[in-house]
Amino acid sequence: MSTTLSRGQFDNRLLREYFLDDAYDEMFAVDGSIRPHYVALLDLLASLPREELQRRKQSADVSFLMQGITFTVYGREEGTERIFPYDLIPRLVTSAEWDHIERGLTQRITALNVFLHDVYHEGKILAQGVIPREIVYTCQHFRRQMRGLQVPRNVYVTVAGTDLLRLKSGEYVVLEDNLRVPSGVSYMLTNRRIMKRTLPYLFRNYGVRPIEQYPQALLSTLRSIAPEGRPEPTIVLLTPGVYNSAYFEHTYLARQMGIELVEGRDLVIHDNIVYMRTTGGLKRVDVIYRRVDDDFIDPLAFRPDSILGAAGLFNAYRAGNVTLANALGTGVADDKALYAYVPAIIRYYLNEEPILNNVETYILSDPAQRQHVLENLDKLVVKAVGESGGYGMLIGPQSTAAEREEFQRRIEANPRNYIAQPTLDFSRSPCLFDDGSVEPRHIDLRPYILFGDKVTIVPGGLTRVALRKGSLVVNSSQGGGSKDTWVLG
Amino acid sequence: MLSRVADSLYWTARYLERAEHAARLVDINVGLMLDLSRVSAERRWKRVLAALGHPRDIEWNNDVYSLVHTLVFDTNHPASVTACVIAARENARQIREEISTEQWQRLNHLFHDISRLRPLSPSDRQLSEFLPVLIDGVHLFQGVTDTTLSHGEGWQFLQVGRFLERATASATLLAVYHEDVFANMEETVDAYTYLEWIGLLRVCTAFEAYCKVYTADLTYERILEFLLLDAEFPHSIRFSIDRLHESLEAIEEESHGQNASELMRVSGKLKSSLGYAQVSEIRAQDPARYLRGILDQCRLIHDLIYEVYIQYSVQTALAM
Repeated sequence: MSTTLSRGQFDNRLLREYFLDDAYDEMFAVDGSIRPHYVALLDLLASLPREELQRRKQSADVSFLMQGITFTVYGREEGTERIFPYDLIPRLVTSAEWDHIERGLTQRITALNVFLHDVYHEGKILAQGVIPREIVYTCQHFRRQMRGLQVPRNVYVTVAGTDLLRLKSGEYVVLEDNLRVPSGVSYMLTNRRIMKRTLPYLFRNYGVRPIEQYPQALLSTLRSIAPEGRPEPTIVLLTPGVYNSAYFEHTYLARQMGIELVEGRDLVIHDNIVYMRTTGGLKRVDVIYRRVDDDFIDPLAFRPDSILGAAGLFNAYRAGNVTLANALGTGVADDKALYAYVPAIIRYYLNEEPILNNVETYILSDPAQRQHVLENLDKLVVKAVGESGGYGMLIGPQSTAAEREEFQRRIEANPRNYIAQPTLDFSRSPCLFDDGSVEPRHIDLRPYILFGDKVTIVPGGLTRVALRKGSLVVNSSQGGGSKDTWVLG
Repeated sequence: MLSRVADSLYWTARYLERAEHAARLVDINVGLMLDLSRVSAERRWKRVLAALGHPRDIEWNNDVYSLVHTLVFDTNHPASVTACVIAARENARQIREEISTEQWQRLNHLFHDISRLRPLSPSDRQLSEFLPVLIDGVHLFQGVTDTTLSHGEGWQFLQVGRFLERATASATLLAVYHEDVFANMEETVDAYTYLEWIGLLRVCTAFEAYCKVYTADLTYERILEFLLLDAEFPHSIRFSIDRLHESLEAIEEESHGQNASELMRVSGKLKSSLGYAQVSEIRAQDPARYLRGILDQCRLIHDLIYEVYIQYSVQTALAM
């Protein structure tokens, strides 16, 4: 069922291609009326001539390029840099919606942190059978080296980026928790800066809650988890280096926080103390905001072929002389199979009902559930538990018979490695295209949660857009873009 | 400042200085070949190769344009002008957050310009477009560096790289000319010799500056004095070593705690020896030996910079 909007109220070309169907539309209610908080935005879009809209979009694009806000696609001699596609129409979140999201995320991060502590210490939740042991112990991100290790304030996940979707009913649900090294926050911050320059009047009239304090909040969160007895901790950001696709973000955050951006080769560990090599000699390091995966952090403790980490770092960490944020081994809590148990985790530790629900998820190591999934592959989405970035995925309704057979083989060979979820018709938001028309596209939302001495969530997040028509994949590697997210005051 | 960052800054500046010097050397020698000359092509280009420090795997092959093409464009040879620019950009890219946006854009611009102008096959026409663009690009980068980057430790490391490279290149060039041109000099200076001498001065962008000091009368002794001992000319060895020493002093002050006394002694000694030297003394002894001595001290300074600031041993650093 698809209806075209009546053209009466707005300029024909603006909404000519706008369609509504079962999916939740952020701008229009089911009956075609405009949601109240979008009226001023749509009025402005309708009042600006097409050329003016295009001009502003172009000037936003140029700003991104000139500021070097780019992804790097690396060749032999010449680095080519692409901008992350950007949509000019902001996504609006009402104050009431945000309060709900904020409470839900705070609850979730709190429970997951307690869970991580439990898993790496007594393991009560496993002993009581709330979660099957094999889900935890077969997880490729479980780090047995973390057993019994004490982390400051018992904080495992310092920075989380949780992906939310909006269902047909308008309910926000959690699609996945990113608890290892979530990225994208620099795009949230730069989207906002460019938006303010591109549509300043609109911005002022809407009363948008600020997000610019994020780097400062991150810095004080990191400071709060410094090892004891280090009142003026030296904090650094550890990057895999210039070839990493998120290198721009690493340099951006380091600059915004005023901390040193280091690579593994800058670090020296002696007597379980971490130092960085500076021209003024060795300088002690207390907190490492690491953007290097667990596997690569220390060739002595993990992958011996890694050149991105520093030898001896894990022992210094074990000795409590340095804090790593996030802690190692947090990936066990964002495993796609464990995800299905997060509501149970919240109930178990906090004795509360989850405020934000999960998407219904089938565990394929369970024979009954597996049977159901294999019979309905054409209707479901299948995901490999260890993959991210939109790879290793089967979207049933858009798949071919050959692809489904291939996934059936893979699932049967290694059921623990896959989960299945219903194909979600998640919400759509208006997007502006180069010809000046506005069309709806699917979006998600990734707010960033900081957890140190307290939980801090800056109001907003990265809204990712599946810019290709009909696409459900928002990842930048697969034709996704982003837009600014305005949480209204 | 992180040692790795200092290292990248140092090499960014060194590679750009090297690219500029090699470009001018090639450009001027291609120009000199247009005039009737007693110097055979073989002798000329062997001299150029010697002035570039005998780059590995590049030999005189009786074909000027293919040799020039290799020296300027061949990215398989790390000594080529293009390879130097790429290496400078790669170093700067590793420390993108430490240099100014203007510097990065300027370097990118230079890189894209030379990629655009790089010919597929040897031809002199493109060369005459390419080399001035390259030299301008390096000058613009230096201007932008001086006006947009704080003159703190990072800027000082760029200065160190630039002037150590310049002193090394000038000393090598003078030593080669001494052996090939001046050592077999005849009593009377004819038009052909004069042209070669102008060539030497122009490789160091020194012809006009020389004339202001000594008029257009070229003599060996004055050329040697000007390129070696002039205190004010930016391409003279003395000027380069003065700037190098100043920057090393500034770095020592900033990175207190490091034991730089040996480094400061060596660079201070070189600075003083150039400051108090007289060209007549140098001539009376052996100029080639004197120049080789400068090269040795430049190499020692490089090693000591590494030992003190970049690749110091952990044990030494912990003991301090």
